[in-house]
Amino acid sequence: MDGSRRPFMRRALPYLLSLPALLVCIGILIPFGTAVYYSLQRYNLAFPMTRGFIWFENYTLLFTDPGFWNTVRVSLLYTLYTVGFELVLGLAIAMLLQRRSFFNNTMSILLLLPLMIAPAIAALMWKLMTNPGFGILSYFASLLGFPDFKWASASSSALFTVVLIDIWVYTPFMMVLLLAGLRALPRQPFEAAELDGVPQSFVFFRITLPMLTPYIITASLFRMLESIQQFDIIYAMTQGGPGNSLMVFQVAAYLERYQYTNVGRSAAILMVLWAITFLLSNIFIKQWLRLRERARGVA
Amino acid sequence: MQRQTVIGRGVRVVLLTLVGLFFLFPIFWVLLMSFQTNQDILRIPPSLVFTPTLENYGALISGRLESTAGVLEIRFMNNLMNSVILAVSSVALSLLLGIPAAYAFARFKFRLGEDIAFTLLSFRFAPPLLVLLPLALYFQQMGLIDTYIGLIWVYQLITLPLILWIVRGYFEDISEDIEHAYRLDGNGWFKTFTRIAIPLAKPGIAAATLLSFIFAWNNFVFALILASADKQPVTVGALAFVTASGIQYGQIAASIVLSVTPTLLLALYAQRYLVEGLSLGAVKG
Repeated sequence: MDGSRRPFMRRALPYLLSLPALLVCIGILIPFGTAVYYSLQRYNLAFPMTRGFIWFENYTLLFTDPGFWNTVRVSLLYTLYTVGFELVLGLAIAMLLQRRSFFNNTMSILLLLPLMIAPAIAALMWKLMTNPGFGILSYFASLLGFPDFKWASASSSALFTVVLIDIWVYTPFMMVLLLAGLRALPRQPFEAAELDGVPQSFVFFRITLPMLTPYIITASLFRMLESIQQFDIIYAMTQGGPGNSLMVFQVAAYLERYQYTNVGRSAAILMVLWAITFLLSNIFIKQWLRLRERARGVA
Repeated sequence: MQRQTVIGRGVRVVLLTLVGLFFLFPIFWVLLMSFQTNQDILRIPPSLVFTPTLENYGALISGRLESTAGVLEIRFMNNLMNSVILAVSSVALSLLLGIPAAYAFARFKFRLGEDIAFTLLSFRFAPPLLVLLPLALYFQQMGLIDTYIGLIWVYQLITLPLILWIVRGYFEDISEDIEHAYRLDGNGWFKTFTRIAIPLAKPGIAAATLLSFIFAWNNFVFALILASADKQPVTVGALAFVTASGIQYGQIAASIVLSVTPTLLLALYAQRYLVEGLSLGAVKG
């Protein structure tokens, strides 16, 4: 065949085929390197004359700034609440829809619709629904005895509101992954448990949950990495306000760059975020690999 | 699998109804709003009874919003067109670049391939702004800022890894024996690739195409940073529209409906591929 006749072509082929992907890779690596470099500079577009290399000063300034620690706190809370609630809710819905039937399948498709809506647009929908003048949710809140509930425009309820929107958009993602996981589980352990008359709570905690763990970890990891980097929903809803009650990492970095033109500090904020996501994802991937090893060892 | 009692069944129905209400009511409500006049929208208590109007859509399509304060020119249709251009061309380019690379990763085990795959994987989770901020400055120097070409290039960051990972999984599942047999008949690798491998991986390609189209359509932050009003897609355009139009709530609702209709219809039409793509993209990617 042509492969053996032209050994050079044969060896070069995989490289030629993947060259475009390689170029995209380099395309990512260059700006990434630049961002690292910027984060070590005093670099404000409004004062180009003061630009210079300052080692880690941007970082030390960040770590002594209470505003930055507020960013860390809000981002972590946002991540904790969204991933936690989405996991519990997604698992519950997946278990309700587990049995294959026409109704369940239709329902699981319809429940995916919020996930297909751009998060920024979803925020606009909720903005309409929580409008103090005519919003249907404000109306419901007043029926429930909260006539003046301010949703995203009061700092006391802003986090609650954006978490709720995130739950609305992304729970379907958890649901669909966990549903796929549930339906892929082997049947024998469940049939055996049923024959022995084992109580359902035991089945759930001792059989379903452990067997589902790899799926739970994968889905949570995905959600966690997106959640701690959330920008669209919060920016479209309040731009980080009121005050700095929703000033999560990427919103803070965006405002630092486009409102205060401080490129160096903005890059430093993003580097801290990147370090956190890198750490989180590595912990999770290790855990996932360990579980997979163990599952293989048993089988 | 479970013994279904009458009570259990009742609880299940109630719970599923609540779940359905929570996830579908907002879509239903905004859809209703888009057919209401401002007077209907502002009525308290809210009512399901109203005479539907197409005024809001008419105003968006003609681009002229008339209000008591005067006439406002809004080019929302232009944003919608931009979304179509950006999403379609980004996905097309990614398919062109991604399918051969996915094939190379799956068929030829080579070191660089693993390295590329791993780099793409680890950078998939880097914060988008980290790449975008320096890129915006580069694009300014290169004259790529606020161009379709520049945006489509950057959109590859969303669409290419997705297509690469999903399609690679499908190529790996195809038995190499089929390809060997075809090549023994004297066909070259290219013919094998286009006549055997691609048709067999079609479901994967369909799932990857659908999913990457939706992700590209829904992207917000890339165009927010790299484009100005006349190149921005609906996600950014709708937000600007809300700021500009102020209290034209019916038209805001109509703009939301127009922005989400393409992805929702596509998702419903190709639901089988959607579920498959979501699971594969997450598990393998």
